[in-house]
Amino acid sequence: MSLYTILIAPFAEYGFMTKALLGCILLSLSSAPLGVLLMLRQMSLMGDAMAHAVLPGVAVGFLLGGASLPLMSLGGFVAGVMIAVLVGLATRSTTLKEDANLAAFYLMALSLGVLLISLKGNTVDLMHLLFGSVLAVDDASLRLMAGVSSFTLITFALFYRALLTEAFDPVFLRSVCNRSGVFHLLFLVLVVVNLVASFQALGTLMAVGLMMLPAVASRFWAQGFAPMMLVAAGFGLFASTAGLLLSYHINVPSGPAIILSAGVIYLISLLFGRFGSVRARYFPFKHLNQ
Amino acid sequence: MGCDGRGFVMSLVFHNLTVGYDRHPAVHHLCGTLKDNSLTAIIGPNGGGKSTLLKAIVGLLKPLSGHIQKTGRCQVAYLPQVTEIDRSFPVSVFDTVLLGFWPVCGLWRGITRHQRHEALQALEAVGMESFAARPISALSSGQFQRVLFARLMVQNADVFLLDEPFAAIDSRTTVDLMQVLINWHQQGKTVVAVVHDLPQVKALFPEVLLLARECIAWGPTPAVMTEDNLRKADGLARQWHDHGEVCAA
Repeated sequence: MSLYTILIAPFAEYGFMTKALLGCILLSLSSAPLGVLLMLRQMSLMGDAMAHAVLPGVAVGFLLGGASLPLMSLGGFVAGVMIAVLVGLATRSTTLKEDANLAAFYLMALSLGVLLISLKGNTVDLMHLLFGSVLAVDDASLRLMAGVSSFTLITFALFYRALLTEAFDPVFLRSVCNRSGVFHLLFLVLVVVNLVASFQALGTLMAVGLMMLPAVASRFWAQGFAPMMLVAAGFGLFASTAGLLLSYHINVPSGPAIILSAGVIYLISLLFGRFGSVRARYFPFKHLNQ
Repeated sequence: MGCDGRGFVMSLVFHNLTVGYDRHPAVHHLCGTLKDNSLTAIIGPNGGGKSTLLKAIVGLLKPLSGHIQKTGRCQVAYLPQVTEIDRSFPVSVFDTVLLGFWPVCGLWRGITRHQRHEALQALEAVGMESFAARPISALSSGQFQRVLFARLMVQNADVFLLDEPFAAIDSRTTVDLMQVLINWHQQGKTVVAVVHDLPQVKALFPEVLLLARECIAWGPTPAVMTEDNLRKADGLARQWHDHGEVCAA
């Protein structure tokens, strides 16, 4: 068995593998850098919650149009943004903290989503929505992913300064700019559209895996914000390729294989990373003599 | 020198201002004028509304009633109490200072060489120039406070509002940063700081606002910091710890 048959042939010879890989590349390029921002805002778990929050919308789309991608995506987007706004409102007008409100809302959303799907669909449909099927990515969903990925990267380029400042020192931004709330909302919209774009491939539950795991791992290898985003995107690409190959060769479900590959990258980074890892802590390089 | 180029004198006037959270006003019916080019210390017991008042001036909190009238164009720079900034954030000391140019640069405008120079000078003024390239995670809290002061400097504001700028900071840093405040004052800026060190207030701040939910006294330091006034503030603080009552006014 040559390297070609192991690494290249699966993608070259099967159209569904090519599309799966392309989809994963698109998702990695936008989701992973976004994950870095989530992590830096100490909102790593928020991505998880938002991934659940899109489910009732996806379910409504599913009830209205069957497994139609545009309807389910639109539904997911509306539901995600609605939950984000509701959580924001609840946090601002009560004494409860954001994470508590988010937990309450996403739990309701998840249950509502499962309930709605079971009205019409069966367990197979539910499993599909929760865990996705990257090998069934078609042209329509590829176009959606390409659109979302471009939108995310362009938005990042345009509002880099604002998004970064809002994450770093929101009180400062509010004191010098009276539209800072807009940037927070913009950021939430980015999170939601990325989750919606990846739910088809990875399902609502695993979409967040490709967003957060490479991002969290990148922290162990880079110190600046831009390098972190690059490393995260690279890890995302590597994990998706490895996961797809794994699923092809040993015949396991591709979504979990991708996320677990990213998980392995995270564990290796945690142990041996350049900054703040177990290695750096217990076996540090010689310190500077000053 | 006011902040308004047309020769109007900048001032902040409080009209019967009440600010607070959820029916519990922290500042009650405050009236008065924050004069242009004044150096004012806000003192008073914990829970007396000092931070709340600053937040209201910055616009982070909406008044429950009354209003703040701003005359002249006045750029406000604000240093919050024990900042909520996550110091493990991957940003360098220099970039942190450059953020102070936000009012000029906004979303897209690039940083000019002149501004870089200005930022370095600000770091030099707080004794942090050799740290410019370091990540902020490498700083102690006192050093980080110095960096935040450098950021305030480049903001080139007309009014500086500082909430307990010297809390948790060693005495040498306090002396250095106090000098920064005095320089701003000498440059014609308006400076307001919440301070707990009463001897420091007596020695260095010409004006004092004594706040214990309501304004106990406001004016020249010797006139405000009398035994009587301080005792009154203390008494009020003890009262509101026991029971809150519906405001009659």
